[in-house]
Amino acid sequence: MTQNNRKIWGYRRENGRVGVRNYVAILPVDDISNAACEAVANNIKGTIALPHAYGRLQFGADLDLHFRTMIGTGANPNVAACIVIGIEPGWTQRIVDGIAKTGKPVAGFWIEGNGDIATVAAASRKAKEFVHLTSGQVRVECDISELWVAAKCGESDTTTGLASCPTVGNMYDKLVPAGLYGCFGETSELTGAEHLAAARAVSPEIRDKFMKTWQAYQDDVIEAHKTSDLSESQPTKGNIAGGLTTIEEKALGNLEKIGKKVKFIDVLEPAEAPARGPGLYFMDTSSAAAECCTLQAAAGYVIHIFPTGQGNVIGNPIMPVIKVTGNPRTVRLMPEHIDVDVSGVVRREMTIDQAGDSLIDCIAHTANGRLTAAEALGHVEFVMTKLYRSA
Amino acid sequence: MSVPQLLVHDRKDNVGVVVVENLKAGTDMLCVITEDNSDFRLTVRHDVPIGHKVALADLKVGDTVTKYGQDIGKIVAPVARGEHVHVHNLKTKRW
Repeated sequence: MTQNNRKIWGYRRENGRVGVRNYVAILPVDDISNAACEAVANNIKGTIALPHAYGRLQFGADLDLHFRTMIGTGANPNVAACIVIGIEPGWTQRIVDGIAKTGKPVAGFWIEGNGDIATVAAASRKAKEFVHLTSGQVRVECDISELWVAAKCGESDTTTGLASCPTVGNMYDKLVPAGLYGCFGETSELTGAEHLAAARAVSPEIRDKFMKTWQAYQDDVIEAHKTSDLSESQPTKGNIAGGLTTIEEKALGNLEKIGKKVKFIDVLEPAEAPARGPGLYFMDTSSAAAECCTLQAAAGYVIHIFPTGQGNVIGNPIMPVIKVTGNPRTVRLMPEHIDVDVSGVVRREMTIDQAGDSLIDCIAHTANGRLTAAEALGHVEFVMTKLYRSA
Repeated sequence: MSVPQLLVHDRKDNVGVVVVENLKAGTDMLCVITEDNSDFRLTVRHDVPIGHKVALADLKVGDTVTKYGQDIGKIVAPVARGEHVHVHNLKTKRW
């Protein structure tokens, strides 16, 4: 057995997708339904509430993104069943209907005309039913290449470009040809390496789509709002402490995540589910860790690989986040946050090929149920991307 | 091979990255180019923290700094070979 045809134990969902966790999610449609969702999750053990800050008076592309993120989160194969609670029935039902397309158990509740207490009581009864329905589900043998594995780096430093990002790239070079779905994003953080990223598009059509997306971020977000050369924002203070000086240097290290050979086959909107079959995808995202991870989970990715230099501690409530570092100082000072130590690469004791294999081992263990450092430490950062102010 | 103090991505690069802690000025560093595993030696002129860059050549204002074989910005204050390269002498060409 080689690394790219090894078996893992996952949850086979109604739509054929493979999940690696078995959550009953309690999903608020909007900010004012967070309290009810948290009350249900407190009542019924084995459930997880996903509170967030938005969902009211959004419109246009921003509202589309809100629905895509909500529906995609509930539809993620790591979620076995989902309770949706909103202030009113219209948007609540729209999210329920979207999640129901996967075939998984889902039910919606709304607060107006009922009040929090009656809503929480009814939703708690249904949540308990879902817990009994799903908690006895048994993992089945699946191929590792059936997983959807996203990547994003954070609190990067110069060791991410030397060790941890090339480790991720090596994993993609091995598993994507076998059928894995991969994903990278961080549109603004490819600045300085955008020409190299564009060259990795599978066709001229996708290359143009990528460049258009990258240019739009420059024009509509960076140029429209900047007050300086973004010193301390991109690169961050942490990046600078770790030795990264410019956005170009950071971007070149970042792009090491996509390996040497694999090409990306489409450019996704934020939280858009990939639809061109197995392969590597680029998603238009912010480079802020929690925002990017939340969008990738909403697109259907079930495991996340997070190379870090200085020690970003990010997690996600429904998608295990695996931390990889090549910085020996971070391994020494923050070992509880690190799942895969590839600092041997900078000591020239470990090759990138060996580092990639150790990451694949960790992906398999995580898929089988091993908790990541972020899971064990309780990191459940769920951060919606908002495109502009509400109406 | 013994453990290097400095790694360089590409033969075209004019900076390398310190990969050990507590590097002191005056250390005769073992430097490895990861692209082809070749090595050379260089004396570092400052105490440079792990992860930070060292100039492999004398660089003057306006020079392009190359890492990964690519442009990562321009020199804004002169740097001598073996000295620390960071935000005090290197700036982005973007934004």
